[in-house]
Amino acid sequence: MLKGDSMSVLQKQEKRDVAKRASKRKAFRENAELSVLLIPGILYFLIFCYLPMIGIIVAFKDYRNNLGVFGSKWTGLKNFEFFFTSQDAVRIFRNTIGYGIAFIILGLVCAVIVALLLYEVRSRNCLKFYQTTMILPHFLSWVIVGYITYILLEPNMGVINKILGIFGIEGLQWYSEPKYWIFILPIVNIWKTVGLNCIMYYAALMGVDKELFEAATLDGAGRFKQVIYISLPMLVPLMITLTILHVGNVIRGDFGLFYTIPRDIGLLYPTTDIIDTYVYRGLRTGDDIGITAAVGLFQSVVGFVMVVGTNLIVKKINPEQSLF
Amino acid sequence: MNKKLTVGTVLIHIFFILFSLSFLIPFILIISASFTQEDALVANGYALWPSEFSLESYQYVFSNPDRLINSYKVTIFYSVVATFLSMIVMMLMAYPLSRPNYRYRRGVTFFIFFTMLFSGGLIPSYILITKYLHLGNTVWVYILPYLANAFHIIVIRTFFQGLPDSLIESAKIDGAGELKILFSIIMPLSKPVIATISLLTLLARWNDWNTALIYIRDTSLYSLQYLLQEILRNVEFIEEMAQSSPVAGGLIDTSNIPSETIRFAMCIVAAGPMLIIFPFFQKYFAKGLTVGAVKG
Repeated sequence: MLKGDSMSVLQKQEKRDVAKRASKRKAFRENAELSVLLIPGILYFLIFCYLPMIGIIVAFKDYRNNLGVFGSKWTGLKNFEFFFTSQDAVRIFRNTIGYGIAFIILGLVCAVIVALLLYEVRSRNCLKFYQTTMILPHFLSWVIVGYITYILLEPNMGVINKILGIFGIEGLQWYSEPKYWIFILPIVNIWKTVGLNCIMYYAALMGVDKELFEAATLDGAGRFKQVIYISLPMLVPLMITLTILHVGNVIRGDFGLFYTIPRDIGLLYPTTDIIDTYVYRGLRTGDDIGITAAVGLFQSVVGFVMVVGTNLIVKKINPEQSLF
Repeated sequence: MNKKLTVGTVLIHIFFILFSLSFLIPFILIISASFTQEDALVANGYALWPSEFSLESYQYVFSNPDRLINSYKVTIFYSVVATFLSMIVMMLMAYPLSRPNYRYRRGVTFFIFFTMLFSGGLIPSYILITKYLHLGNTVWVYILPYLANAFHIIVIRTFFQGLPDSLIESAKIDGAGELKILFSIIMPLSKPVIATISLLTLLARWNDWNTALIYIRDTSLYSLQYLLQEILRNVEFIEEMAQSSPVAGGLIDTSNIPSETIRFAMCIVAAGPMLIIFPFFQKYFAKGLTVGAVKG
């Protein structure tokens, strides 16, 4: 009796084990099948994203093309030392970070204001027309935007100098005076990006419960008050998300903007040269690859720290609004 | 109150009309410049309406269109191939990551997400692509380095996660493999996200000019946007193109070539078609791509 009982327990145990193994095998097969699908993507990221991360060791080497990444001589921190003591360093960091911060703040303010105004537009046809036109620049490459700024700023035939001429003001030499570019670059950047960002904020506003506004109207709040106390607070989460996403760009400038719009004119470098254009020129000339890579590495590390740091701070204040 | 409201509305409409004009006028200026007679353009400058109408620039462009046609071919080829391939790679990747039971989900998601935060930068990529992979100066350099995008994969994954689990379960009971489930059940239900991401990829590929700037030396492999960049930057490039054109008739005097207006005619011919097509897909760009989708 006892024997039989233990037998059945053993059998049960065995049965359970078999079932467990079978389900494990099934799970493994399922996982394996799914893993196979990942192979092309994993290969892509390994080759084109992770290999360059290893290749960053050239920042610590005296890179010679014929010797390759692994054959070139180690130089320790010499590349960094050389760059940070050069005059270029001050200029490109000031420009990159300065424009980076300006673009984030201006971009946010403009997009939110336009979105709030757009929310007041009731006519469907007008709405559609405004939205379509403001998103147009999003479809343009920086090259085409370069054509547009050229038409506007060309010193002899350009539209802006012609308009100044009407008022009897002598035309300005836009392409040889660095000081104007402190204003031109932010304007061009906002012009290109405001439409899409505005539409994202507008979409967020559309998601706000209409009853909130109706209740506020009943309580006697005017449109302006409603904007301050309802619309704006409703946009805060999106503002935070977009800002975290963009904060890494404070140190990563848009190469297209800074290369095509000032047309790579050396005279303008004091106000238009950023890390990305500097790195590109380093690559083009081909000497000092190590130094150029060192600048790139520094940029990547700072960008990484800034995004992760901002996210951490946001997480501390309000975990709901952090990105990861 | 009613009166005040209308004043406010009128002001808002005035603002938006000016705002819209700031986006439309640049296009009118380019079109107008391309139809202006060269000497008139130099004398009067760019304007909203051609001071002296002329088709001369277009005659030059169309009488010697080899380069333009070539760049169109290259750009269409790599844009279509790259979009197609990257959609396949990204969907294959997003699908396992969307499955709650997939064991390596977290690890792989982090593996992808990390590339959004940190990158090796231009120099190591350049060395890798030209020296080790030998992709420099080939059409593949427009395609392979852009095959997948971490952000897009995560957006697709999030969309897949929103589909009912029971669909997959019942397909499994019917004995369907994972690949079959992805392509015959998940994909047809994911048209919105597929449309959005493929259009974004296509637009990015079409507007790509810096790949050619960095990796392409051979003029026959120039992308359209880079061809335009060269035309804007180098007068020599236009003169060289125009000189071999029959309109010039062996003219050596380069001062007679309407190089200013040719620039803009080229710009219209090269960028025009896509500019007309893309805004029709506007809704896909604005919708579906909410950043909140990244989380998780």
